[in-house]
Amino acid sequence: MSVLGPVIALVVLILVGTALNSNFLSAANITNVLARSAFIGIIAVGMTFVITAGGLDLSVGSMAAFIAGLMILVMNAALPVLGVGIPIILLGMVVALVAGIAAGLLNGFLITTLGIEAFIVTLGSMGIYRSLVTWLADGGTLSLDFGLRTFYRPVYFGGIFGVSWPIIVFALTVIVGEVLMSRARFGRHCAAIGSNENVAHYSNVNVNRTRLLTYAMLGMLVGVATIMYVPRLGSASASTGVLWELEAIAAVIIGGTILKGGFGRVWGTVIGVLILSMIDNILNLTDLVSPYLNGAIQGVIIILAVILQREAKAKG
Amino acid sequence: MSYMKTLMAGCTVLALGAGGALAQDGETKVIGVSIPAATHGWAGGMNFHAQQTVERLEEVYPGLDFVLATASDPGKQVNDIEDMVATRNIDALVVLPFESDPLTPPVQAVAESGAWVTVVDRGLSVEGIEDLYVAGDNPGFGRVSGEYMVSQMPEGGKIVVLRGIPTTIDNERVEGFQSAIEGSGIEIIDMEHGNWNRDDSFNVMQDFLSKHEQIDAVWASDDDMAVGVLAAIDAAGRDDVDFVLGGAGMKEMIQRVMDGDEMIPADVTYPPSMIATAIELTAVGLTSNAPVSGTFTIGSVLITAENAEQFYYPDSPF
Repeated sequence: MSVLGPVIALVVLILVGTALNSNFLSAANITNVLARSAFIGIIAVGMTFVITAGGLDLSVGSMAAFIAGLMILVMNAALPVLGVGIPIILLGMVVALVAGIAAGLLNGFLITTLGIEAFIVTLGSMGIYRSLVTWLADGGTLSLDFGLRTFYRPVYFGGIFGVSWPIIVFALTVIVGEVLMSRARFGRHCAAIGSNENVAHYSNVNVNRTRLLTYAMLGMLVGVATIMYVPRLGSASASTGVLWELEAIAAVIIGGTILKGGFGRVWGTVIGVLILSMIDNILNLTDLVSPYLNGAIQGVIIILAVILQREAKAKG
Repeated sequence: MSYMKTLMAGCTVLALGAGGALAQDGETKVIGVSIPAATHGWAGGMNFHAQQTVERLEEVYPGLDFVLATASDPGKQVNDIEDMVATRNIDALVVLPFESDPLTPPVQAVAESGAWVTVVDRGLSVEGIEDLYVAGDNPGFGRVSGEYMVSQMPEGGKIVVLRGIPTTIDNERVEGFQSAIEGSGIEIIDMEHGNWNRDDSFNVMQDFLSKHEQIDAVWASDDDMAVGVLAAIDAAGRDDVDFVLGGAGMKEMIQRVMDGDEMIPADVTYPPSMIATAIELTAVGLTSNAPVSGTFTIGSVLITAENAEQFYYPDSPF
């Protein structure tokens, strides 16, 4: 029964959206909502594993901004050598993935090997990456060379069979994540560590390595999200990715993963992400509520979704 | 000086003579400059101009010393100002308050200690603290934008508006805009907050495009938001939008105005270089007998293809 809460919330939102605006279910609007959910969604899948294993990562929003800035700088610098073409895009992608994995490993190393509280480590790295991107951009905005941007643009706006790339990548991430979480040993180890670290340790689970892997995987997924993000506007600044970490964490919790660890549900996270971006979308599509209250509506729905989940659980 | 070009009329400098009195003794004077950190494009430009001005003035006036501090939140700014008074014994303070209320008491304390106080852009909550107020003109920013819309759409039309972060600044701009288009036949069919942010404005504009069949023009009210708006229009492949009007004076947008881009035919200034005006005037006040106290309002100017070149600073990050 506990699975029903977020699903009910999502269905109600879809019904409300359809009733309020006939364009809500149009292909264009659905594509917009899914594509813009992809950044937070891809990150939130990684966050599901981190939280399931009893960890937390507050740095992902700043990390995404930093990686986006780094990617743009490297691609602009390589432009005279490589020219506009596939190789330079691949270079950018490699930079994003490597930087993401490195940043994730660094967080993970400080948390596991040095044994510092995850909240503190990632609060620290959140500030570091945010400052670094501001510094790289000299306080302004880093922009991808115009010709490159035009070439790279289809990675966000293009797709196959009318499904745009961010949606495809998001879907693939979710499928792999779901299999890892519910069918693979890695997922079971994460849950075991999250519910009781000592028991997991005595049951021959390598606690530190598994935790380190969850942070590295999250870092890599931040890299993947950035690869999708950069072609959209071709720029990064200090205001990129602000509060993404909280949206990702909220999505994970709405989806039924337990904040203190021990149980995780990847597909639930997807529902959480969709609920969050659909609220924004519906508020923009209607004039019912003063825009000053958007944040309040979001807050109420987040809390309601979690209450629904608990009620259902209590009954079930 | 190039920034002088961006200063319009409305300069009401009242003679109090205090500036002259301060300039009489011969020791080195210290000017403290406290500004918000470069957390978004406009603030980045402001930081750039502050640094440039400080570097330039240190050479021009050997008798002046500058302390520049950037703060990422109001609390840090209060600390910065307290430190400047305690450790550097500043003779003058140039401050762009992060927020009016929390910064009013510490700045008041600086003024009471006898130092010269110049306030920039955002006013303090209590009147009469500062010796010089260099102000941006937010209602004027909205009015100039509205008047341009009216001139471009004599037949009227349907527009959408993207607003900034909910603040007094944003309210004053939107009110100025609304009163300028009143009775012109231009109808605002939708208004949402894009928070002066590219990503937020992209999402909002995508939703506006799904919601409305026909949008004749967009008042993005900010150049960063204009970037997001343009990307959304482009992606949707819609050709009903005739043009997008941003604001502030970001160099990329000025470039497009210069190049005669049809989607960006104009821009309205809200120059981050107003911090330079404030520092220069303060330096003049400390070193000469020229009176500089009073209020200095920097008007918002319409930039079109004809005058765009004067507003283009290729070196600035903004």
